[in-house]
Amino acid sequence: MDVVNQLQRQFIDYSASLHREGFLDDQFTQLQKLQDDNSPDFVVEVASLFFEDCEKLINNMARALEQQQGVDFKQVDASVHQLKGSSSSIGAMRVKDVCIAFRSFCEAQNRE
Amino acid sequence: MTMEDKMGGSNREDEALDRFPVGMRVLAVDDDPICLKVLGTLLLKCQYQVTTTNQAISALKMLRENRNRYDLVISDVNMPDMDGFKLLELVGLEMDLPVIMLSAHSDTKLVMKGITHGACDYLLKPVRIEELKNIWQHVVRRKKPDSKDRVNALNQDKASGGIGEAVQTSTSSSDQKFNKKRKDQNEDEEDDGEDNEHENDDPSTQKKPRVVWSVELHRKFVAAVNHLGLDKAVPKKILDLMNVEGLTRENVASHLQKYRLYLKRLSSVATQQANMVAALGGKDPSYLRMGSLDGFGDFRTLTGSGRLSSASLSSYQPSGMFGRLNSSAALNLRGISSGVIQQGHPQTLSNSINGLGKIQPVGLPANQNQNGTLFQGIPTSIELNQLLQNKSANHFGELNPVNNPNVFGVATKFPDARMTVGSSSSSLSTPSGSPLLLQANTQQAQHSGAFGNQSSLDVASLNQESFDMGVHGFSNFVDNGRCHENWQNTVQLSSFPSNSLSTCEAFSHEQLHTNNLQESISWRSSHLNDNPIDLSASMANAVLEDSRGDMQCQISPSNNVIHNIDYAAKQQWGENSSFAGADSLVAGAPYVQHLEAGKLAFNTKLRSNEDILFEQRKPQNEFSQNNFETLDVISSPMIKPEQYNETGMMEGELGYDAFPLGSCI
Repeated sequence: MDVVNQLQRQFIDYSASLHREGFLDDQFTQLQKLQDDNSPDFVVEVASLFFEDCEKLINNMARALEQQQGVDFKQVDASVHQLKGSSSSIGAMRVKDVCIAFRSFCEAQNRE
Repeated sequence: MTMEDKMGGSNREDEALDRFPVGMRVLAVDDDPICLKVLGTLLLKCQYQVTTTNQAISALKMLRENRNRYDLVISDVNMPDMDGFKLLELVGLEMDLPVIMLSAHSDTKLVMKGITHGACDYLLKPVRIEELKNIWQHVVRRKKPDSKDRVNALNQDKASGGIGEAVQTSTSSSDQKFNKKRKDQNEDEEDDGEDNEHENDDPSTQKKPRVVWSVELHRKFVAAVNHLGLDKAVPKKILDLMNVEGLTRENVASHLQKYRLYLKRLSSVATQQANMVAALGGKDPSYLRMGSLDGFGDFRTLTGSGRLSSASLSSYQPSGMFGRLNSSAALNLRGISSGVIQQGHPQTLSNSINGLGKIQPVGLPANQNQNGTLFQGIPTSIELNQLLQNKSANHFGELNPVNNPNVFGVATKFPDARMTVGSSSSSLSTPSGSPLLLQANTQQAQHSGAFGNQSSLDVASLNQESFDMGVHGFSNFVDNGRCHENWQNTVQLSSFPSNSLSTCEAFSHEQLHTNNLQESISWRSSHLNDNPIDLSASMANAVLEDSRGDMQCQISPSNNVIHNIDYAAKQQWGENSSFAGADSLVAGAPYVQHLEAGKLAFNTKLRSNEDILFEQRKPQNEFSQNNFETLDVISSPMIKPEQYNETGMMEGELGYDAFPLGSCI
């Protein structure tokens, strides 16, 4: 029991800090609210899905960016857009913001 | 409005509505699995029933399978397999369901694009549960409008927040109507059979009163468009031509847009048919196999046209889109016309389409009255055809001189017996143009150029009881629930075409016993070349089925029938076709008699066919085809769709092409 409580507290603290730091936003809270008896692992599932998807997208982007001859910004842009959508759905605020910045770079066709 | 009809439906709906928005069925489409999952869960939280898919194509398939299963569609904008906007358009056009767009893009231009494509709403990702809590309003709002013309009241402010009360009240009232409307749309049996109402999709979901495009209205619309020429049809002119009060240019514009898309889709089908037609090349002796077709109205697929029609029909069938009145009707017509069309006409495609479209309700009204009605039907069918394309109309006109498209008004008396030819007078009114005009080109041989038999079975959406004409028979034949489903007239037509086509085919091969008209028709079309017997077989089938078809033309007294028909024909068409029909009838009569001997049921059926055949009234309509192909109806033995088994179609008889129905027009 005690351990469980401890873990819970840790979890809460951790979440709070993430929130504070701006990693997560309200959306995540909402997700947490969605979790209930019907779908006990909802958050976990969503989070893992997110990681998977992210990985794929980032790989795509990396590949696209690494191309020597002319980076295909459109593709990068598309990937980033999707990443932005996913991250905002899950509440990963920071990621989303980064994506926005990324997109503006893409539009500027600035490889750096 | 078809309130009565709605009553039944509304009761059911009411219950559902009471719990509304709880239990609303939503289909969510998004390629991003995370978003999809989150969205799905959120929706479940709102107590909706959710179906999710990450493929737009599968979403479409699901929707097409059973459009009643869903109340609302939420779709992402960027998807790999299909553009979100395109999906939006298709859903709106085919199924008339409210669609909500979803995207991480907040670009105004995109939002505007969504709205113009007909989206009910545009949400931004991440989706919030509060927004989802409000989406049910879109569903309700859509169901509300009842009247043909703009409905005001119900579309109250959508203002999300405080609609509360307003929504409540409007909801309750609109719910009723909503339910009814929805039901009507879904059900094939409409009391009136007239309206196949579907709500006009105003891009702006806001308070604009909805215009319900009933069959009548659509018919007018199509007539106006055809009159102007599809290319030149501008909303303003259409509006003027239609001369309907309360209709705005915007309504017409959006409807025109949808119609155009619809035609485009049809044309792709038509191309197939065109091919077929080309293949057929020959003239099909459109015989209206009246006898056998009882209900079917001979589907004289004009040499190739028959095939086309089947092709078109079949293609349509699957789409089942007929939700839209017009479209479905058009489809039917198209299918039929396509089948029927063309031989001689270079326009084949359009012609075929026209042919089909033109499915003039041939319903040979054994009764003179019927004839009259049939003609009416024909015009409607014509209009429907117009839906298909203006060209078709032209085509028909052309056909006349060139080919004598035998328009068999095969009042396909589908098993429903509704209309069958003559009796369908009521059906005629139905927009679908009831009896298909089977335009049998049989005359081709004679008429050099006769279209192929356009046995456009007028399947005229007889959906409704009224449309017994062919269309009904058609639906019956079709065995598709669709037919019956309220595609109100249009549907009927569509289904009919398929049926008729099948029947036609059957005839051509003289075998039409196929139950599925569609099959037979397709078969027919292929065989069109071979058999002069046009789909009359189909007609026969239709006829057979149509017990109801009060086909005056009692085949048994074939002589009588002939007389009737002839008379009717004469009356109807005046100089044209009536003779042709008469000839055919006469020919058919003996034939029929022959058949009759064989079949009991057939007799009655045949009669109807004959009647139908005579109906070719085309003269009035542009369908020159009036060649009544012979009432080959007798060929009905051919088509015998399962239902018609009794008639024992005489296949051989189909080959009757001997009777070139005097080109009716």
